[in-house]
Amino acid sequence: MSESVHTVTALPTERRTDCPFDPPAELLDARRHGPISRCTHPGGKPGWLVTGYELVRSVLADPRFSSRKDLLNVVDFELPPAPPGEFLLMDDPEHSRYRKPLVGRFTVRRMRMLTERIEQITAECLDAMEAGGTSADLVTAFAKPIPTIVICELLGVPYEDRASFQEQIDAFMGGEVSDEELIAAYTATQEYLARLVAAKRAHPTDDVLSELTDSDLTDEELKGISLILLAAGFDTTANMLSLGTYALLRNPDQLAALRADPSLTDGAVEELLRYLSVAKTFHRTALEDVELGGQTIAAGTTIVLSYHTANRDPERFADPHALDLSRQAAGHLAFSHGIHQCLGQQLARVEMRVAFRALVDRFPALRLAVPAEEVVLRPESADIFGVKSLPVAWDAK
Amino acid sequence: MTAPAPRLTADRGRCIGAGMCAMTAPDVFDQDPEEGLVLLLHTEPPAAHRAAARLAVGLCPSGALALHDGGGADDRPS
Repeated sequence: MSESVHTVTALPTERRTDCPFDPPAELLDARRHGPISRCTHPGGKPGWLVTGYELVRSVLADPRFSSRKDLLNVVDFELPPAPPGEFLLMDDPEHSRYRKPLVGRFTVRRMRMLTERIEQITAECLDAMEAGGTSADLVTAFAKPIPTIVICELLGVPYEDRASFQEQIDAFMGGEVSDEELIAAYTATQEYLARLVAAKRAHPTDDVLSELTDSDLTDEELKGISLILLAAGFDTTANMLSLGTYALLRNPDQLAALRADPSLTDGAVEELLRYLSVAKTFHRTALEDVELGGQTIAAGTTIVLSYHTANRDPERFADPHALDLSRQAAGHLAFSHGIHQCLGQQLARVEMRVAFRALVDRFPALRLAVPAEEVVLRPESADIFGVKSLPVAWDAK
Repeated sequence: MTAPAPRLTADRGRCIGAGMCAMTAPDVFDQDPEEGLVLLLHTEPPAAHRAAARLAVGLCPSGALALHDGGGADDRPS
């Protein structure tokens, strides 16, 4: 049986430049052969690649697969456990201890109460774009500042610290700085957050971080929690906004439909989440031998879950490679599944619903300001996919 | 003859507070304001809200929700 298993030799792979929104051809090819393939991790270790929707979803709900960083079996040396508070790379009960005090702060209701403030922030970005002429880089003028301001306000990062803070996060999320720069940015962010946690403990303000100081979490743990909330809050939504706008501009019929019908907005956000899946892949490690899709995953083996390919699985979504804002995209795995499903997903949804709606309403003639082939994409090695910049233009009023 | 109404259960011990149910079927589910965990507004959702409730059960990331159909079969996602 194992002889017939499809093998993907190396990960990650690059996208075709003419299909910037689609998973790399090797991953789509793997899915065509079946939902699970053998693969080699970038560090040289053998593993498995899961590309089928049902199989990815089942792994995410299966406690026999671990998220622990120190169990990752992808490189020749042992990895340390996740730092205190960075619960994305932990299993229960540690994961739950960190997540539980946060859950009540990110409910559907609480996030919807932020709608008006997010509309205001978005309008200010659009005003600044209009005041600046008839063209701009949508990444720096719109896609980054909106989630940056929102998550900084939510956590209580003072306004004057935001620009330098965003630079640091960019450096270690963007996937294309040297190792030294990456470590420097990471260290600077850690130091900044340590000072912020101490400040909130000394002088609590009206924000999530101050509320969390009133718990049994240590300063070190609060620092780790803040780091993942900020990093997750900036980069994911920012890339959804910019790459999503690019996708809409490349699908003018869909953009026109969205502009004509505000009731499409919520569904459009779900479809863009499915179609783009900017958080492309995650890892799990088998805690015991597990039968998966007819294969045996040996205990200690790390598997790659391709959310992007799963969200393009033709057995789950009809005509999966078409961007169709009117489709029922619910059930997509863009926010994952299982106990690690995105804590901030309801915030991300409100941000995207507000921002996409306001953008298409404000600029009826929004267009790319450069030929499509000149839009520079992030490398596939970046944790979160996206465009580096998106030059857009509009008509003067 | 009408089939008995399906009955919903929610396991707050398993719930992770992702809010998928409150978003998908707001007439049936809510989240408590402190812990953010699921609150059942109806254990036997009226017919008008059953389809949304069923979708929400299927979307629940932690398997905390189950829909027990009148016929005895349980509908619980894996």
